[in-house]
Order: sequence, then C-alpha cells, then structure tokens
Amino acid sequence: MEQSITIQTGYARLKKNRALFIGGLLAALVILIGVAVTLGSAEFTVAESYLAILAGLFPGTFTAPDMAGIIIWDYRLHRVLFAVCAGFGLAVAGSVMQGILRNPLASPFTLGIASAATTGASIAIVLGAGVVGGEYLVIGNAFLFALLAALAIYGMARYRGIGSETMVLAGIAIMYLFSAVTSLLQYIGSAEQLRAVVFWTFGSVDKSTWPKLAIVSIVLACTIPYLLYRSWDLNALAEGDEVAAGLGVPVERSMIVFMVIASLITAVIICFTGTIGFIGLVAPHITRMVIGGDFRTLLPASGLVGALLLLGADSIARSVLAPQVLPVGIVTAFLGVPFFIYLFMRRRDT
Amino acid sequence: MPRLSVEDLSFAYRDRRVLHGITFSVGAGEILGLVGPNGCGKTTLIRCIDGMLTPGGGRVRLDGREIRSMHRREVAQAMAYVPQSAGNRTSATVFETVLMGRRPYLNWTVSREDEEKVIAALDLLDLGDLALRKIAELSGGERQRVMIARALVQETGAILLDEPTSNLDICHQMAAMEVLSGLAGEKGLSIVVALHDLNLAATYCHRLMVMKAGAIYGYGTPDEVLTEEMLRSVYGIEAVVKRDLEAPYMIPVRSGRPGEGV
Repeated sequence: MEQSITIQTGYARLKKNRALFIGGLLAALVILIGVAVTLGSAEFTVAESYLAILAGLFPGTFTAPDMAGIIIWDYRLHRVLFAVCAGFGLAVAGSVMQGILRNPLASPFTLGIASAATTGASIAIVLGAGVVGGEYLVIGNAFLFALLAALAIYGMARYRGIGSETMVLAGIAIMYLFSAVTSLLQYIGSAEQLRAVVFWTFGSVDKSTWPKLAIVSIVLACTIPYLLYRSWDLNALAEGDEVAAGLGVPVERSMIVFMVIASLITAVIICFTGTIGFIGLVAPHITRMVIGGDFRTLLPASGLVGALLLLGADSIARSVLAPQVLPVGIVTAFLGVPFFIYLFMRRRDT
Repeated sequence: MPRLSVEDLSFAYRDRRVLHGITFSVGAGEILGLVGPNGCGKTTLIRCIDGMLTPGGGRVRLDGREIRSMHRREVAQAMAYVPQSAGNRTSATVFETVLMGRRPYLNWTVSREDEEKVIAALDLLDLGDLALRKIAELSGGERQRVMIARALVQETGAILLDEPTSNLDICHQMAAMEVLSGLAGEKGLSIVVALHDLNLAATYCHRLMVMKAGAIYGYGTPDEVLTEEMLRSVYGIEAVVKRDLEAPYMIPVRSGRPGEGV
C-alpha cells in the first residue's frame, strides 16, 4: 500500500515536471515574441509591442502607441508568428518521423523530403516549369515535390514491405536522387538562376505574409490535435512494429497516416521557407533528453522548443548584421548545434 | 471449448512455405510450449496466431471468434504478445512502459484505475522498487519481467511469448517461468510460449508442440514428446532422456565420446 502511494506520487511528480517544462517553454515563447517584434528600424519597447498586439486583437480595450500598431501588424507580427508556426511544425514532424521510424537521424531532411522540395523549387527557378503559375510557381513546385518524395518512400517501402529500416533507406536513396537532379539543374542554369536556387536552400522566413501564415496555421490546426489524440499509438510504434501490433495498433495503416501527416506539415512549411534544416532533427532530441519520450508531452514540448529555436535564430539573423538579414538556416545551425552537443555530452557524463 | 484453437494453419513468404498443417488448441490455465530448432517456424506461428501475419490458410479462433474477423484493438484486449527483445528501444520509465499495456483501452487520458492496475502488475512481478527507473537502466531479467507485467495489464485471457527467456541466466529463466506458471494457475491464463531450452519447457509446460520445417512433429505432454528419437530426428543430436524426476529432462551427448572407438 505504502509502495503504491510512493509510485503514484512519483508518477504524479513526473507529470507535473513535464507540465512545468511545457508551461516554461510557453512563457519563454510569449516573451520572445514580444522581443522579436521590437526588432527592426523603427524602435519600440517590449511593452509597446505587447500593447500594439493587444490593440490589434481587442481594438476597443487597448490602444496602440503611434505607428506601432501599423508597423507591428503589417510588417513584423506575421513574420514572427510564421517563424513560430514553422519551428513548431518542423519539430513535430521530426518527432513523429524519429518515433515511427525508430531512427534518431530521421527528419524531413534525412528522408529526402526537403531535398525533393529543393528540386521542385529549382525546376521552377531554372526551367520556369511548374503546375501552378505566377507567384506560387516556386512554392507550388516545392510542395508538390515534397509530397512526391513522401509518396515515393511509401511506394518503395510498400513494395519491399513496410518497415522502419526500409523507409529510412528509401528516404536516403530519394535524397541522393533529388540532390543529383538539383545539381544538374544548377549546372545548366545561369549565374542568376544558380544564385536564386542557392538562396532558396538557405531557408528564410523573409517572404512570410498573413495568407501564408494562415495556410500553415490551418494545416497545423488540423493535424497536430490528431497526432496528440493518437499519442499512445505513437508511443507504441516507437517501441517497434511488433510491440505496437501486440498492443492493438494497426501498424501499417498507422505508419502511412503518420508519414503522410509529417510529410504534409513539412511540405507546407518548407515550400514557403526553403530548406530550414536542423530544427526537425534537433528539437525532438533536446526535448526527449529533458522530459522523455512520451508523445503526449513530447509533441507539444518539442513543437515549442522548435518554435523557440527558429524564432530565436530568426531574431538573431535580423539583428546581428542589421539592416542586413542573415539566412535563418545558417543561424539555426550556429545556435542549436553547440547547445545540442552540450546537452548530448552532459547526458553521456551522467 | 478451448480458449485458443488453431486449425490447419499454413503460411508462406512469397513462394517459400513456412508453416503447414498446424492444428492445436490451448485451454484455460494451460501452458503450451513451442519447441524446435532455429528457423522451424515458431516465431512465424506466433505472429500468425496474433494476427500480425495473415495465414495463407486455416483458422485461428480465440474464445470462439475468428482472429481475422476481429479489429486489432479487440485482439489486443483478448490476447497479449511479448515479442523477442521487446523494450530495448524505449526511453520511458518502467511505470510508463507497463502503462502502455493499457493502450487497447485508452484514448488519451489515464484513469486512476489504469494506474492502479499497473501498480498491481508491478507488485505481482516484484517490480515496485523499479517503477520510476528507466528501462535502459534495468538488467535483462528485470526488463523481461517488465514486458510480462505489460502483457498482464492488457487483461487478456491469453498471452503469447516469443522466447522470453533467451537472454536470461538459468536463475532468471526459472523465475520468469515461475511467474508464467503462477499466472496460468491463479488467473487461468492460456499461455503459448516459444522456448529453446527443452528442459525448461518440459519442467513448466503442460504440453509441448515440437516443430520441424514448419510442421508439427510431435504434440503432447512433455513425457510423451521429449524422447531420444525426437531429439535425433528433429535436432540431429544424440541425447539421453531421463525420467527420474517430476518432469523428463535431457542430457546431450557428444557424438564422439572420449574413449569410444579409440
């Protein structure tokens, strides 16, 4: 009896610590959003920024300081929120892929999805060909190719029998194939086109707009609650196909559904941002090291870690050489890799 | 009526026949040991019984219902499966790993009742002290007990175990089999367990099914099945089978004995 109370208390404490971690991340994100919207040529205090955001949300109740409302709502806030959504989505997609494929290196990038998106964008930039015309030419192609890669991985895995190793190997093969196509396009492209392709691969949230943010938000709002609802299935799959099947998870169908959702989230983000690597790989690892691998808390927590990483990196990218803006993909790596290695080494020591 | 019955089951990987003509049944409180050399089809049979692989022919019935007509969640509520080397990939605590056994009944939230069932299973398998430790920190024997505890909280009438003692020393092998024996006796569970150790199988299983090249070679009580002729024919070894204890046991004999033919 006494032992059972100890176990229940211990488990309750574990859950409380996880909730605190998520609460802490949320608070940090709200603060960082406030700080991030102050960055730019027109200077505001953090308090003024919050006031301007609140004034936009509740016009009758709050009043924005002069110009702050217009500058923040028209120019800055969508970019900041886009970084939050993109970071959140990429981290969640990475968590799902690493979980179901049981591979710590699985991410939208190691599975070739980002590589395919780059090829799609390159085709649009170099050849001017695509399914959607106008300003959505590059975006449409990137999205389509990202989904095409996911389908190809699925097709190969299906042919050989669905298994995590098969999917990872198929993903790596796809990555090399699309990289080769991109290289070919760069080879035949003009200097200007080459520059555009390379710039696309840097990744950036520069081109965010409210409509683009709305598209990403809608996809996240439709998919993430479903992933959370199926957290137990993700937990079971992370332990192995046989364990999951024994616990009543329809393995093959679930793997396909989760891969499609993770690929969709990735595709809809990177088609707007270009290849922002690293977040999807590292945010889940960082989170797992701190609060463990239970997907009920891993998904929201790694999403928040991803959002903080990307927003933090974007804020540094905008301020370090202001008014020049560095590509955010470069900053994410500079910022996150040392932190990741520190966490990893610390874990090995203990 | 037997709880679990298998009738004329067959299975093939593409054009390679792996199982054929498998028929047996397991009643409540009974332990059936699957024995046979490597590659004889034990794991494939267990996967077919649990519905993870679709048999090419035949039927598997659980409490009178055919497995293939049941939803996976229903199967998991009626039959638990402990695969080989389970629990090697999890970064979770013992408590959470066992809690996962409630998955066939859970949506998202965990009730107090679920937690109490986990604690009862941990208690039964003497794992209470390890409840908040990580699986990765446990020994092979402890990990195996955790997997059995997880199967228990599934609250099924039948449990399938694929070589649950393969990584354990003799002491832990016996401890694991004692737990299974107790569960069969006290809770009336039907247990199918694939084993390599014939003496362990003969000691703890009510009946043994010897498999050879995907078919049943022998089926019956350990006394009926464990014979020198069977060992010669199925395993290709010479052995002496002794019957001076409660259960029969075998002692392998080297084919070129020291002194013989010299």
